Amino acid sequence: MIIANSPTILSVQGLRASINGTEILKGIDLTVRSGEIHAIMGLNGSGKSTFAKVLAGHSAYEVTGGSIQFEDKNLLELPPEERARAGLFLAFQYPIEIPGVANTQFLRLAYNTVQTQRGKEELDPLEFDDFVREKMKLLEMKPDFLDRSVNEGFSGGEKKRNEILQMALLEPRLSILDETDSGLDIDALKIVANGVNRITNKDNATILVTHYQRLLDYIVPDFVHVMQAGRIVMTGGKELALELETRGYDWITANKQPVAGVSA
Amino acid sequence: MSAVLQSLVNQPYKHGFVTDIESDIAPKGLNEEIIRLISAKKNEPEWLLSFRLKAYEKWLTMSEPEWQNVHYPKIDFQDISYYSAPKPKKKLASMDEVDPELLRTFEKLGVPMHERAALAGVAVDVIFDSVSVATTYKQKLAEVGIIFCSISEAVHTHPELIQKYLGSVVPVGDNYFAALNSAVFTDGSFCFIPKGVKCPMDLSTYFRINTEGSGQFERTLIIAEEGASVSYLEGCTAPRFDTNQLHAAVVELIALDNADIKYSTVQNWYAGDENGVGGIYNFVTKRGLAKGVNSRISWTQVETGSAITWKYPSCILRGDNSVGEFYSVAVTNNYQQADTGTKMIHIGKNTRSTIVSKGITAGHSNSSYRGLVRIAPTAEGARNYSQCDSMLIGDQCGAHTFPYIQVHNNSAKVEHEASTSKIGEDQLFYFSQRGIDAEEAVSMIINGFCKDVFQQLPMEFAVEATKLLSFKLEGSVG
Ligand SMILES: Nc1ncnc2c1ncn2[C@@H]1O[C@H](COP(=O)(O)OP(=O)(O)O)[C@@H](O)[C@H]1O
Ligand SMILES: [Mg+2]
Repeated sequence: MIIANSPTILSVQGLRASINGTEILKGIDLTVRSGEIHAIMGLNGSGKSTFAKVLAGHSAYEVTGGSIQFEDKNLLELPPEERARAGLFLAFQYPIEIPGVANTQFLRLAYNTVQTQRGKEELDPLEFDDFVREKMKLLEMKPDFLDRSVNEGFSGGEKKRNEILQMALLEPRLSILDETDSGLDIDALKIVANGVNRITNKDNATILVTHYQRLLDYIVPDFVHVMQAGRIVMTGGKELALELETRGYDWITANKQPVAGVSA
Repeated sequence: MSAVLQSLVNQPYKHGFVTDIESDIAPKGLNEEIIRLISAKKNEPEWLLSFRLKAYEKWLTMSEPEWQNVHYPKIDFQDISYYSAPKPKKKLASMDEVDPELLRTFEKLGVPMHERAALAGVAVDVIFDSVSVATTYKQKLAEVGIIFCSISEAVHTHPELIQKYLGSVVPVGDNYFAALNSAVFTDGSFCFIPKGVKCPMDLSTYFRINTEGSGQFERTLIIAEEGASVSYLEGCTAPRFDTNQLHAAVVELIALDNADIKYSTVQNWYAGDENGVGGIYNFVTKRGLAKGVNSRISWTQVETGSAITWKYPSCILRGDNSVGEFYSVAVTNNYQQADTGTKMIHIGKNTRSTIVSKGITAGHSNSSYRGLVRIAPTAEGARNYSQCDSMLIGDQCGAHTFPYIQVHNNSAKVEHEASTSKIGEDQLFYFSQRGIDAEEAVSMIINGFCKDVFQQLPMEFAVEATKLLSFKLEGSVG
């Protein structure tokens, strides 16, 4: 929801980043305020995941220009774990498998790390078990999933639910969901979308990265941005997503009217 | 240099200090004279001297093995001192008579020498260079008929047992290093659990190499009679020297009908520095004979130290329904090399063996699993399950698996599984995106990877092993 005078959570200006010497992000501007849901759309290879990973601080990318302000912090000065502890969350497009590490153990360590950062009590394994089972109901997950290794042998849908479960546990200020809808059938999509909708509120914000409009039927964005070749070239309301659905992306390029610099 | 200063200089290997203690050291070199000297120093009976000389003769005809996947310059066996003992060496009546400098050494190493200070329920035998300096809880164990003392002492107090069992599992000419050990072994632990006795506490030996240029050749012999059981723990450290030192031990285990021996090792010999200078050559022969029906021999090892490890704790499953187990974690970093594994020799009917090997390889190190499963024609219904997993940290290291499977009985079932994984940048990024730093992430991944082995360790050892691993791999990632 758009709230007048709501505090800014994320402010990105002129962000440039490259990998192995190739520039992928070519000057991104984006402002996200508390309570808002932003969708970033664009064709494969336009730089959406790169943007998400640069925000989260992946070490493979070199930031060559611009700034990222996250609440009162200069994000570019922080290593990824401190960005996470500060309340930035990334639901990965391809969640990583970690054989041998039980999901419950991983979730509890992540939860307690963030709790400690916030000056709150850690939960012991039993307390955590009760707590996490409640959250799992939200996403209609089977309990046996706690004992399995993190993401190992999970179906695509289970992996995505596991990401949203982590979002629910960690209660981030800003969540970036990278293609959370891909690989989900319609029932799973509804469950995940419902989960996300229960988590979002006026005190946090969400960036949805997707290249289908489908997800946006269930999680309704306040702003839709179009990414092309490492830039945000157009910004509009939720109707822009529908327009992209019917007209594709070509007309934007054909228009040659990049609106880079326009921010929400 | 004082011990304190030396230990400061020698961070991070925290057991790298040398104790400033006067030692009785034999001149360097190996010949019949030296062997006679060792035997005389220990006041040994004639039969033991001839055991040694026979081994020496064998050794002279043998050549150093070359098949293992490790590389090191030829060892000059004439440049090693084969006997080093802290002086003065007199008969000790109680722990209070142990040289206080030695007591301090072991306190520093975290080994409890004072019985009153000892961890509840662990009896300890301590080997310093070539000799055993103390055995705790002897009295209490003697009450239930358990003999736990140094092997030199047992030679005098229980010659019939030593004569019967020494070399019965690892014959003097078994292999090059076993032959060498049989010729020059200086001390080690002896443990005898009589019929029907379940050892009431874990028994433990702590090995310490102190003198530069000396080798350590200890000999351990454990016998569990019918229905007896024992859990035995072994720990090892050495000071940091720029020269390599040879450690060639022999361990023999014998389990009679329904007996059970569990042998756990945490090996943390000095591994050399980050450039591969110095460190222990750990060339060890360990073998258990599951002689009786329903007997069980179980090896658990956590190998983190040594410049080179060459070690294959094995089980000969002779008794029907006997069980052999091998659980191993081998960690190598920097320029360490490890060629380790096991041999499971199935002879009796319905014998079963389990092999779980986890290799963690970092830096420029090299690690090989080498395992033999042999099912003899007599081993009707034998079963083996082997699982060998390797984990690589970084891309300068190497991991190899050499399974040898020989099945001579059609009713046998042998299963082998292997996997290789890598701690990747993306895994660490996933953890860090959830607020978890790299060190914690690595420790969690490694502990998960080693879980099946750590579960086999006694509680305190498991905790120590976990800490040791994190310490060992510190800075190897990211
Ligand atoms: N390691 C890499 N080296 C060079 N180019 C890369 C690398 N990884 C991704 N890219 C390129 O970066 C661009 C953006 O990729 P990505 O951010 O994954 O796009 P999206 O998520 O929008 O599909 C693509 O053209 C891709 O080929
Ligand atoms: Mg993508």
